[in-house]
Formats: sequence, C-alpha cells, structure tokens
Amino acid sequence: MNSKAYNLFLKDFRSELRTRYAINALAMFIIVAISVILFSIGNEKINENLTAGLFWVVIFFTAMSGLSRAFVSEEERGTTLTLQLIASPTTVFSGKLIFNVILVFAMNAIIAVLYGALFEDFIIKNFLLFIATFVLGNIGLAVSSTIIAAIIAKAGAKGTLYPVLSFPILLPLILTCVQLTLFSFDGTSFEKSRFELAIVISYDVIMITVSYLLFDFIWKE
Amino acid sequence: MSNYSLEVKQLTKYFGRRLIFSNLNFRFADNGIFGISGPNGSGKSTLVKILAGIIGSNKGEVKHFLAGKEIIPEKIHNHIGFVSPYLVLYEEFSAEENLLLFAKIRGVEYDKSRVDYLFEKFLLLKRKDDLVKTYSSGMKQRLKFIFALMHSPQLIILDEPTSNLDDEGKNSVYELIREEGAKNIVIVASNEKNDLEYCSHIIFLENFKQINQ
Repeated sequence: MNSKAYNLFLKDFRSELRTRYAINALAMFIIVAISVILFSIGNEKINENLTAGLFWVVIFFTAMSGLSRAFVSEEERGTTLTLQLIASPTTVFSGKLIFNVILVFAMNAIIAVLYGALFEDFIIKNFLLFIATFVLGNIGLAVSSTIIAAIIAKAGAKGTLYPVLSFPILLPLILTCVQLTLFSFDGTSFEKSRFELAIVISYDVIMITVSYLLFDFIWKE
Repeated sequence: MSNYSLEVKQLTKYFGRRLIFSNLNFRFADNGIFGISGPNGSGKSTLVKILAGIIGSNKGEVKHFLAGKEIIPEKIHNHIGFVSPYLVLYEEFSAEENLLLFAKIRGVEYDKSRVDYLFEKFLLLKRKDDLVKTYSSGMKQRLKFIFALMHSPQLIILDEPTSNLDDEGKNSVYELIREEGAKNIVIVASNEKNDLEYCSHIIFLENFKQINQ
C-alpha cells in the first residue's frame, strides 16, 4: 500500500508542478494576508497573545484556500472515476494525505519565516516546544483538511462549505496550538505544556483514525 | 479462459428515494460477451459502476471470484478494465505518462511491449508522447481502451464503448470485443444495436427490473 500511496502522491506532485493549481493560490494568499495584517497594524506594537493568534489565523485561512484542492481538483476535472478504478480507497486517502502534509509543512514554514522576519513580537524562547506545536498542529490540520475536502468535493457550493465544515472541526486544534505557541513565546517548559500537547496529540490520533474509517464510505458515495 | 466469475444477487439501487433498479440477479463466468441494455435512465451506467466497485448498492451483493476464490473489494480494481464516456484521463500528462502512473499506482509492472501493442492497435503509437489535452475526443476514447486493457484484466466493462469513435475506431472496438470475449468476460452496456451484436446474453433493464434476452 505504501508505495502505491507514494506513487499517487508523486502523480499529484507532478500534476501540481504542471498546473500550479494549489501553489499559486496559497502563495498569493500568504502574501496578501500577511501584507494586510502588517498594513492594519501600522506602527502599533502588538502583544504576544495577538501575534500567536494572528499566526494561526493566517495558517487556518491559507489551509482553507489551498488544501481542498486534493479532491476538488479531481472532481472538477472529472478524474475521480479514474482514481477509483486504479486504487483502493486507503491508497487514495494516503496519497492525498501525504501531498497535503507536505503542502501544509512547506506553506506554514514560509509563514513562520515571514512572521519571524516581519513581526517584532514573534520571538520564540522555547524553540523545541514551538517545533513540536508546529509539527503536531500541521499534521492535525492536514488530516482534517484532507477528509473534509473529500466530503465537500461532490457538493455544489464547495467554496462556502469547506470553511464552514472545517471551522468547528479545526477549532479545538487551532485554539490549543495558539496556546502552545504562546507558551513557546514566553518560554514555558514542556512539563507545564503537557496538557495542551496531550490534547493536540489526541486530536491527531483521533482524526487519523476517524478519517481512514470514514473515507471508504465517502469515496464510494 | 479466465477462471474469473462475477455473481450478482438481489441487487437494488436507489438514488435518494428514487429507485433505479431492484432485485437484479445474474452470473457471468470464465469468458464471453454479455450485454446490458435499456432505455435512457434505466440504470445501465449505474449498474456497471456497481459491478466495477466504483459505487455501492443499497441491497444485494456483487461478488468477484478468481479461480473459485472471492476477491476482496480492495483488490478488484486490478482485475477490471473499464471504459466509459465519463472516464477522464489526466490532460496535463502525455498518454504514456498517464499509463505509467496508473501502473505504478495500481502496483503492477508496466508492460511496455503490451502497451506499445495497444497503442499500435488503437492507432495512437505516434502520438503517445503528446499531452492528452491535445487529443481529439475520438483519440481520448481510444486511449481509454488502452487504459482499460494495459494490465490484462479478466473482466472488461465497456459502457457505451463506441461513443465519439469514427467507423475505423468502431471496427477496432468490435474486433477487440470479439478477441477479449474469447478469453475474458466482456460486459457491454449500450443502446446501440451494433455494440450488442456479439453478445451471447443481454440483460435488458426496464421499469426497475431485468428482462433476460
């Protein structure tokens, strides 16, 4: 199964390089969102709470603008049937998930670097905690976005439905990640962040399990 | 003979509350050409999608067997070749790139000599490196046959196989139906009399039921 999923990911990756279906939308969104925040702040100094919140707000909306492409592009091009004929549901979900995980990590690394360069209060005191939050948060974001994309792909109003469905599902993850990011800014130790880390780890495990269980039903209508 | 068999029992399908068909029962085994016909909206395409494992049914069962052993649903796609007008290949890749990717995703070896034979048979050998988006609708239809046959499937499902094809293309398809029907199971879903000419048995869908012919 793993090599088949990897080959499906490679197909998506090569397709993305040729069509720039998601990359352009994501790059534009990141640039526009961060620029708007910078212009609206002006010379005001914003505190750590707001910086951490805005960081995850940009991540959330960037994910909303690009991650649905995994399934929506197949549906719009009419290639869903082709995928159903060549791969099992597990292979399809795994391949799409690998693509979205890599996309989320790349896009959020760029957001983090831009935040570090442009926001004065984006100073990380506990770097390991920030990395742990970043990794666990991105995995949760990618898994949730991928399964929601599969659900909404066949719907008529995909654009509206995606953030509407994603918001309640991603809210616990985003809120916990904001808190953990704040902890990494003020240098809180791993020991004191244990509860929040446990929430994010549990969220990831639950979402991965539920997604694999549900996908077979979603994929076969 | 392929040692493959397909068994359908009490098959019923609804879309929402709308009944498409109910209590279909049939069995195809080893080899032969079988037809599915019926007026527009009678559920021909829905039935072939269920047979190929693309969509599920509401009641009843579809079982695939190879050498008497049931194939698990996760694996049936490796035994099926499927052609239909609503099948779309990736336009940003060339024909050969598409087929190479499909073989890798299926987890089967890319049999270049078979693929080249099929490219030649369907008159696409010279265009195999061109992007699919540059193909005409007839060429895309012929490419779908190569996609369906490249992995030597034991069950070949052809939904309206001659749509978009010129006379030469249609003749290639009829030749293929005869050739494949001699060793594998070929199911043709169509309203065209010519498409169903070689079928030994036809299931006619009408008023939600099957009428065997």
